[in-house]
Amino acid sequence: MKEGSYISQPNRTLRIYALLFMLFIYLPLFIIPVFSFNSGLYVKFPLESFTFDWYFALLDREPVFAALGNSVRVGLTVSILSTVIAVFAAKAIARNRLPGSGPILGVIMLPLVVPGIIFGVALLILMSRLGVPLSLYTVTLGHIVVCLPFAIATLLPRFEGFDLSMEEASADLGENGWFTFWRITFPIVAPGIVASLLMCFTISFDEFIMAFFLGGTNATLPMYIWGQLRFPTQFPSMLALSTLILAASFVFIFLGLWIGRIGMTTTTKGEMSK
Amino acid sequence: MNQQTEALISIQNVDKRFGTFQAIHDVSIDIQRGEFFSLLGASGCGKTTLLRMLAGFESVSAGRIMIDGQSMADVPPHHRPVNMVFQSYAIFPHLTVRDNIAYGLRKQRLPRLRRYEMVEEMLDLIKLPGYGTRRANELSGGQRQRVALARALIMRPKALLLDEPLGALDKQLREQMQLELRALQKSVGVTFVLVTHDQEEALTLSDKIAVMAAGRVLQIDTPAGLYENPANREVAGFIGNMNFFIGKVIKTGPVMADLQVEGLGHVQVETSVIRQPQNARVLLAMRPEKLTLSLDPPEGALNSVSGTLHTTAYLGGLRQFYVMIDGRADPVAVSTQNQRRAMPQDIEQGRKIWLSWHNDAFVVLENT
Amino acid sequence: MRELLQSQAPPVADGPVARARTGLISRMLFKHEYLRGYGLLAPALIVTGLTVLVPCALLVTLSFWTQVGYDYDTTLTLQNYRTAYEKPIYGALLERSLWISGIATIVTVLLCYPMAYYVAFHVHRHKMIWIILITLPFWTSYLLRVFAWKVILGYEGVINSGLMHLGLITEPLRFLLYSNTAVSITLAHSWAAFALLPIYVSLEKIDKSYLEAAADLGDGPVLRFLRITLPLSLPGVIASVFLMFIPTLGDYVTPAMVGGPDSTMIGTLIQLQFGSINNWPMGAALSVVLVIVICVLGLCSYGLTKAFRRWAV
Repeated sequence: MKEGSYISQPNRTLRIYALLFMLFIYLPLFIIPVFSFNSGLYVKFPLESFTFDWYFALLDREPVFAALGNSVRVGLTVSILSTVIAVFAAKAIARNRLPGSGPILGVIMLPLVVPGIIFGVALLILMSRLGVPLSLYTVTLGHIVVCLPFAIATLLPRFEGFDLSMEEASADLGENGWFTFWRITFPIVAPGIVASLLMCFTISFDEFIMAFFLGGTNATLPMYIWGQLRFPTQFPSMLALSTLILAASFVFIFLGLWIGRIGMTTTTKGEMSK
Repeated sequence: MNQQTEALISIQNVDKRFGTFQAIHDVSIDIQRGEFFSLLGASGCGKTTLLRMLAGFESVSAGRIMIDGQSMADVPPHHRPVNMVFQSYAIFPHLTVRDNIAYGLRKQRLPRLRRYEMVEEMLDLIKLPGYGTRRANELSGGQRQRVALARALIMRPKALLLDEPLGALDKQLREQMQLELRALQKSVGVTFVLVTHDQEEALTLSDKIAVMAAGRVLQIDTPAGLYENPANREVAGFIGNMNFFIGKVIKTGPVMADLQVEGLGHVQVETSVIRQPQNARVLLAMRPEKLTLSLDPPEGALNSVSGTLHTTAYLGGLRQFYVMIDGRADPVAVSTQNQRRAMPQDIEQGRKIWLSWHNDAFVVLENT
Repeated sequence: MRELLQSQAPPVADGPVARARTGLISRMLFKHEYLRGYGLLAPALIVTGLTVLVPCALLVTLSFWTQVGYDYDTTLTLQNYRTAYEKPIYGALLERSLWISGIATIVTVLLCYPMAYYVAFHVHRHKMIWIILITLPFWTSYLLRVFAWKVILGYEGVINSGLMHLGLITEPLRFLLYSNTAVSITLAHSWAAFALLPIYVSLEKIDKSYLEAAADLGDGPVLRFLRITLPLSLPGVIASVFLMFIPTLGDYVTPAMVGGPDSTMIGTLIQLQFGSINNWPMGAALSVVLVIVICVLGLCSYGLTKAFRRWAV
């Protein structure tokens, strides 16, 4: 029986494999924080003394704060815009049996599969033909292209798992579209919205390729780091910066994925198993 | 215009098309005030579509719908004076029972205490006192159904629309809820319009039933009327069990008419129910319980015929016998009540059986 | 009870009052359900149109122009494509990109399969936590992950200095950084999570009763895997291969940071065309070529999955 085979030997090899796999995924990422506290100038063993110096050095760097500010502003704008657009789009696709919603969804989801360089380059061409100078605004536009698929992927299942008759019940009881949205749709979809905001912000914050092609003189944080990586002596401070970014990203994404699960396991449908 | 005699809901020559598919053909129904009206039919017959058109969730392709004398054309659902209980109940999961029931009262801007009072009255009505602070996922199916009822009734609708409200419940609970629903409607006096595919449910609950098939109304009548006087073969076969016989009109006398019926031989029915001329084919329908089964030839002036027992089915309260008679390919279904606890000795298969019936046992349908 | 419900009937919509309150827009939206739907979809459509469709159309158009000095010669010509076809460097680059991405993808998918299998079949509680943990690194900055490998694989990097410190080697390994190996390893690490998901989903979906039936009919665990699990999970594997292969083809960050002189991929060249070489039409043409290659691969994946469906069932 199936149950029996899962208690026997082969399990152990797989478990060891699983552990090694997780190590492979996480260990390289741990190198960054480890060496960011290392006082040595070069990233190599043996480790020298523990220090916070590289972190403190960051505080003196004006460009770091400027880039941070830029990334945050772009991130907030992108996450809000992407989420709003995605909420409406997800509602439209999940509810109304619209012809052509399949292909439309396919096109929106393209950035997930097609290399980012293509979209970056294409947008660059558009901006230059229109005479629009490259700036944080063009970067925002590029980031929306990248984030929108994730936002829709987060929100669409939530709308689809949402009993349609609840909105009809609300209408039946006298509420028009606007009130129905705020009293019923929004509260039920809220975890998805929060998740989408968190994830889109993080994706935009970390995004490099679009920023590279569409960025002007104001750099986002990843662009700043890319510039600094030409100088090996900058590595330790960049390690410190990277550690901070990684830590923040991890927290945001974990929260986003976690909140995104709320209400999906406890079904949002009115019908529940008795 | 005397409002009291006018129908509360008037569906006039309504069509509904989805693209090229026609879901509703020229349906006209009048529903009176205080009536418990059911739309009965198999899946896909259009009954739910019709109900949703009443509620305003589907638009009308042709014809019109009047509620209390007002045309409902272009009136969206949130402005209609009717309320609906949905098949899935659609209880809002993020609100408590009290907030669910009070949901539609927002626009009336009543003081909070008054709202809570009304909710408590409703909770008593649906026999869930004190449940106000519970959440949707703490309720059982039957409880949620009652909350959905309360939520709709608190709006004082002119009519309550119910979309297969008992379908998700198990048999015991469903029968109990049927009786409660009937009692509720009687005590509250609101017009109920129920959609169901369960004919027993429709027969139990309704004052009037509209039987639908393929987007058309086959017959509108009281439960007894539908059962004893079906208008055509479709209705006759849909409601309950029915035996069908093909016959021919031999002679129509002043009071009684003579028919030659396959398997049953010479049969007499009242002339008033025959519309067909002499020598015309007729379709006769007879309910299984209108036949009497006996082991010996029956006495008296009852019509009778003999046959052999084919199979029996024991249904707890009833016994169903299937009897083969000469001249007819299908067995005749006969049902008898099991009035005695001790079972009579089983009749063996192939035994000679006598069937008898009264003159008025037949219903004559159109000659198809 | 009757009084209960007939007392104080609320001022709900009645006749002319109802009609007046229902605004024109409300009525129009009610009548035409499609309007509502497309209205909601409009922002997404506009954004996608402006940021994806129009730019891509421009991209294609530009690829038919030629760079003359600082301006464009807008006469339509296939010159760029001809150059790409004739000059061997372009073909070589494309070939190398396919090779590097291909190797990395195959290795990654092979490594991910057992892991996906483990989570699908041997984890019984909190599967979601596992999946979240595995995919978490993927959500963070791509740049930083490549950076990490740069310092790990470096000549005086983590691995080399570590091994030397432990006395296992006397000289640093040269092949680690600035090589195709480095690119492949980095790609594998970066995309592992993305490659694992489709495999996991298809393994999860396998109805356990198939395996029970196979056991009932006499198959041991190895045979059950080979005859039931593996074939049924193939659509997921195919999806995984193409989900990793296609994006990595256009990568230029990884070759730039950890690749050697002969690790240049087509993405690098495209980026240079828009950068220092300043031949945008050529860059556009190369991008179009890349897209065409991707479409071909996508069709292959679609065809393979369909053929598999027909064969398996």
